[in-house]
Amino acid sequence: MLVALMVYALTGGADYGGGMWDLLAAGDRASRQREAIAEAIAPVWEANHVWLVLVIVLLFTAFPPGFSVIMIALHIPITAMLLGIVLRGSAFVFRKYDSTQDVVQRRWSTVFGVASFFTPFFQGLTLGALTTGDIRVAGDRVTTGFFAGWLTPFALTCGLFALALFAFLAATYLTVDTQKQPDLQNDFRRRAIWAQATLVPLAVIVFITSKYGAPLMYHGLTNWWAPIMLLWTGLSAMTATAAIWLRRFRLARIAAVIEVTLVLLGWGLAQFPHLVAPDVTIQNSAAPESTLRILLVALGVGAVVLLPSLVYLFQVFKGQEQR
Amino acid sequence: MSDLFFARSQMGMSLAFHIVFAVIGMAMPLLMVISEGRFLRTKEPIFLELSKRWAAGTAILFAVGAVSGTVLSFELGLLWPGFMRYAGGIIGMPFSLEGFAFFTEAIFLGIYLYAWNRVSPVLHWFAGIVVAASGILSAVFVVLANAWMNAPAGFDIVNGHPVNIRPIAAMLNPAALHETIHMVLAAYAATAFLVAGIHAFFLLRDPQSVFHRASCSVALIVACVSIPLQILSGDFAAREVAKLEPPKLAAMEAHYQTGSGVPLLIGGIPDTATGKVHYAIEIPFGLSLLVGDNPATKVVGLEDFPRDQWPNVGLVHWSFDIMVGAGFAMLAVAAWTICTWWRTRRLPDNKWLLRALVCCAPLGFIAVETGWFVTELGRQPWIIYGLMRTSAAVTPMPGLVVPFATFTSVYLLLAVIVIFLLRRQFMETHPRRIKRTALKESATTSATEKPNS
Repeated sequence: MLVALMVYALTGGADYGGGMWDLLAAGDRASRQREAIAEAIAPVWEANHVWLVLVIVLLFTAFPPGFSVIMIALHIPITAMLLGIVLRGSAFVFRKYDSTQDVVQRRWSTVFGVASFFTPFFQGLTLGALTTGDIRVAGDRVTTGFFAGWLTPFALTCGLFALALFAFLAATYLTVDTQKQPDLQNDFRRRAIWAQATLVPLAVIVFITSKYGAPLMYHGLTNWWAPIMLLWTGLSAMTATAAIWLRRFRLARIAAVIEVTLVLLGWGLAQFPHLVAPDVTIQNSAAPESTLRILLVALGVGAVVLLPSLVYLFQVFKGQEQR
Repeated sequence: MSDLFFARSQMGMSLAFHIVFAVIGMAMPLLMVISEGRFLRTKEPIFLELSKRWAAGTAILFAVGAVSGTVLSFELGLLWPGFMRYAGGIIGMPFSLEGFAFFTEAIFLGIYLYAWNRVSPVLHWFAGIVVAASGILSAVFVVLANAWMNAPAGFDIVNGHPVNIRPIAAMLNPAALHETIHMVLAAYAATAFLVAGIHAFFLLRDPQSVFHRASCSVALIVACVSIPLQILSGDFAAREVAKLEPPKLAAMEAHYQTGSGVPLLIGGIPDTATGKVHYAIEIPFGLSLLVGDNPATKVVGLEDFPRDQWPNVGLVHWSFDIMVGAGFAMLAVAAWTICTWWRTRRLPDNKWLLRALVCCAPLGFIAVETGWFVTELGRQPWIIYGLMRTSAAVTPMPGLVVPFATFTSVYLLLAVIVIFLLRRQFMETHPRRIKRTALKESATTSATEKPNS
């Protein structure tokens, strides 16, 4: 059980990373005409994208029955998200590597931008749907069909929330990346503030709809730890906003990262111990212990190899801009 | 047309699409590394130029491979939740490891592609080596999972449920060795022949091009080394299949009646109703020799298995024959290339050899696809050989024709675009074209081309 819990923390961690990095790519939509964004994203997007793959494989290795339930019940939104991923990824490279500047290239940009909206929306929607408690499972079967959960107001707001969150994060990052071009930096500063301004009411709406749309989550959010979480999240959000306002972009970036991490952590804690509320939990869908143990070892070894490489990657590309 | 049919079609289509990009994404880094290594040793700029050009093409293909691979990891669950519920805990391991290998590959590919001027040349070359190595590793891990479906191991079954799971043993299942070797070599051979063929095509048009000569030579080294090894590994794989999955071997060879002294049938029209094969070329004792080195070896035929456990004999047999045919054609051309090189110590100037190389360009990929058909269609009706039928694994979701049609059209579109883009890239390396575009581009955007001397 303890092992299962640790694996959860690790998959969760990867999950947050996945969310945070995906946004990096989602952000370019904010101002897709600008080369600056493409340059900031190009070297790292493949690596960022892999987080998502990692989350999925860890999910199906560690919680096979849970994975199976999620994939049956949320077939439609997940397929939609996949289409978004395919179009976005390929449109991005096509635009990047097509050497001729013409109409075709502008079309890639459009595809890329639209798909960048599409994908995080469905990601938020999917995560929200897992929380609603509308997806019911009896034995091995999903009993509530293929439309349960993800069409509720709560899930839809979660989708919008994810969009705003990623937009905010990306804009904040880009203010740091565009340090050498003050006019661009100003644009992104304004965008970040706007995104943050939509984010706050959306967060409130998510909270309110959760009372009816996701009772378990609402319950979780009114737990003893919730005020502390909310306080910290609020604090980091305010710091981020203030830092952007005062043009302390480096600080804003850090605060934004903390804000997003806390939001996801809060979601994870409120959801715990459910994988698909309320029938599938971490415990009842975990893979056999032998698998989890080896998986944990693999995760450890993987982390030892990957983290330094990742740091190196970001150093090579982001380091020089900061100096 | 049932939902099962569309689920299988969608999975098959996604795999067939992904495998092309995966194979190129795995083998191209090796070619780039060889070429860059030559540059580091000889300091001839042509090899550096070559690495850069290949890298640009690989970036596009790798990205498509990455997204189509992501789709596949989801589709495992979207289409086959029954399979994942049963097997996720057993074979999730190689998939997770693949995730890590792929991660490493993506990180260092990022460095390789974008850091030509940011890190030292040797470090850059090293990043390329890491990309090539982790590419092999990802392929190995994915194929390990597939090998498990063919030869499930590493668990015990109690009351129909897998218990006592040993993930490492599951990974090192009996089919693991021959499948991984065969796949890795296939990737090298197919990609190398494709690249050699494309550059041979340009050499035919412009025999003086130093660039295409160098490209062709690097690709040919890999091609000529990998194809003979691949034929050997294929022989090894066939023997293993005969042991592990007799119905698959029987279907590959269109072999119905169990017996000894069995001939090898090439081509023909298998008639499943009567158990006869019409119009095939027969090599007496061929199959017995292949399986057991002895003309008297007994080979189990399809008749020993219940009728509802037969794969589609016609498809599997023809896929197999096409794969083998393509393999031997490439072997012959490789032998010709080596002979020429031996005699003249120079790279192919012979027009006919260049033409043959052009003809060989698609063969490797035809062999990869048909080989994959053999292993997948040959396992049907099982998704896990002997344990779970594909029909028991499929999702209860209705209307699967919709995602099938959507993904098929998206992939078709992507394929067209990729070919279009690569064509543009290749055209830019063509000298006549370079002059023209250079004129055009000098006025507008930065021209990255350097005319080939």
